[in-house]
Amino acid sequence: MKIAVCIKRVPDSETRVKIAADGRSLDEAGVKFILNPYDEFAVEEALRRKEKAGTGEVVVLALGPAAAQETIRTALAMGADRGVLLQTEGVHADGLETAKALAAELKDAGFDLILFGKMAIDDHNHQVGPMVAELLDLPCVTTVAHLEIDGAKGTAEREVEGGVEVVEFPLPAVLTTDKGLNEPRYPALKGIMAAKKKPLDVKPTAPGPGAIEILALTPPPERQAGKIVGEGAAAVPELVRLLREEAKVL
Amino acid sequence: MSNVLAVLEQRDGTLRKVSHEVVTGARRLADALGGGANVDALVLAGGSVRGADQLGGFGADRVVTLTNPAFGGYAPEGYARAIADRVKAGGYGAVVFAASATGKDLAPRVAARLDRPLAQDVTDVSVAGGAVIAIRPVYAGKALLKVRIAGSPAIVSLRPNVFTPVQRPKAGIQETVAVAGTAGRVVVKQIKAAPAGTLDVAEAPIVVSGGRGLKEPANFKVLEALAAAFGGRAAVGASRAVVDAGWRPHADQVGQTGKTVSPTLYIAVGVSGAIQHLAGMRTSKIIVAINKDKEAPIFKVADYGIVGDLFEVVPKLTEAIKKLHG
Ligand SMILES: Cc1cc2nc3c(=O)[nH]c(=O)nc-3n(C[C@H](O)[C@H](O)[C@H](O)COP(=O)(O)OP(=O)(O)OC[C@H]3O[C@@H](n4cnc5c(N)ncnc54)[C@H](O)[C@@H]3O)c2cc1C
Ligand SMILES: Nc1ncnc2c1ncn2[C@@H]1O[C@H](COP(=O)(O)O)[C@@H](O)[C@H]1O
Repeated sequence: MKIAVCIKRVPDSETRVKIAADGRSLDEAGVKFILNPYDEFAVEEALRRKEKAGTGEVVVLALGPAAAQETIRTALAMGADRGVLLQTEGVHADGLETAKALAAELKDAGFDLILFGKMAIDDHNHQVGPMVAELLDLPCVTTVAHLEIDGAKGTAEREVEGGVEVVEFPLPAVLTTDKGLNEPRYPALKGIMAAKKKPLDVKPTAPGPGAIEILALTPPPERQAGKIVGEGAAAVPELVRLLREEAKVL
Repeated sequence: MSNVLAVLEQRDGTLRKVSHEVVTGARRLADALGGGANVDALVLAGGSVRGADQLGGFGADRVVTLTNPAFGGYAPEGYARAIADRVKAGGYGAVVFAASATGKDLAPRVAARLDRPLAQDVTDVSVAGGAVIAIRPVYAGKALLKVRIAGSPAIVSLRPNVFTPVQRPKAGIQETVAVAGTAGRVVVKQIKAAPAGTLDVAEAPIVVSGGRGLKEPANFKVLEALAAAFGGRAAVGASRAVVDAGWRPHADQVGQTGKTVSPTLYIAVGVSGAIQHLAGMRTSKIIVAINKDKEAPIFKVADYGIVGDLFEVVPKLTEAIKKLHG
């Protein structure tokens, strides 16, 4: 099995969001960067598929700044075989441009599976995987939480409102992963050492400017702390009255 | 002319309720674009769709049902092709989806086919200088990103429960068009349905969430009773602590690593209100907290709070709600 996994370098989910002086981006001072958590599911799934097949290659691919080499090393330490960094500068707001850059690298490379996270936890674009699939004309299933592959046929389950969709698809295919698919492994010390020697190709890339312009990044509106209606069950009638008459939600 | 296309959803031949919000959002965009822009509502189905004739009342000027024997259930590739063709032929200024499980899957496919950018899960849309402006929560709801989408069509998906349906006394024109084409390579075999009547937390107008304060999984029946008292409009959510403990399914988790919800009413019961939980529910219209610890951070975002033992407070609340609805 030859599998590609697209991974993104993102600020740690614990990051306290501070807005930069330009009013349009994150102040990165002191921010720790990590491998996008949904992409960990994708890397883990790729490793398991390769291990199961007994042969194959897992290639990780990232578009990002030079520092994304660290993100790639993390995936290599988990067990991926080699990495490719499409090196670029600046923020790319338009997911379609990211998809085009990744698709150009993935095209005609003979992958059986191309895996993505369902979304990046920084920009929440929630689109790059299925866009790459369209650009490469490959079948695609998104937000996969359960996966079975039998030869050239796959069955995936994805959560939808009020149920679980069971989806069949032929390989080669593009999949995006959701929580629940697997439990990603932690890189062991041995893996971390080995990762340093694995091939990592750096290719300068200049994605198009795209058609989405960032106007502003702002903190969400503060919620006013409301009132404590009262204590214990005795406060229920007053709560119900307020919900009806003041909030008008009942 | 820059009309707006609203892409709707049906399941088993019945229009999904989120469609009313999509038409409402599309109407808002069309009015902002000006020039008498129309809203065309589009639904793909195997045959006629129950509820499609109501859409005029939410602002659709025209309702088009694209029928194809392969379109009874969601067919990602077949739908994407048919919608993209429709957009190309119609010269639309904007295309609006729901940011539902289906919408978030479908919109990127359509956008890529049209070589257009996409803003997913937006909470606000407007128009400035002829361009569509969208606002989207990013960094797990810790910031809002405001973007301008240059050119047309602008493609957006709307976060559920944010665009409150507005009724207007107007009937849209109904059209049914049979379209050719296959389902495509990706085939939805079935939907393993959750028990009948279960609403998804991401779409329910009312969410009653429980945390570790419930003490044990069986006690969630207290919250299920409260949800039931709202007569099928409420879903039961959960904090990560109780999902990780295996008390509740992951599908019910609200927060940074779970679902983002924006219901009209969010009732947090025995939930402390950790920052990662707040990330998933802080955009709710009204938040009620029931917690025995008056210092719990959840009270800092709650509109109304009751300090007390949930096992006393919730049953009383259930009774009161039942009375209102009975
Ligand atoms: C990377 C990361 C991601 C995370 N993602 C999420 C997420 O998506 N969603 C999420 O919820 N959490 C998430 N968390 C976990 C979060 O930090 C908290 O640990 C979790 O939300 C706490 O759950 P809780 O409120 O149920 O439990 P607790 O914090 O233990 O709170 C229980 C509350 O119940 C109250 N209580 C107890 N008994 C009673 C009673 N009889 N009557 C009334 N009140 C009572 C207590 O006063 C307390 O406030 C995440 C954490 C990390 C590090
Ligand atoms: N810059 C990038 N480099 C590599 N992969 C990416 C990049 N951006 C997004 N992806 C992939 O696409 C998925 C969805 O991202 P997004 O559409 O931005 O939310 C991520 O989980 C990654 O797998």
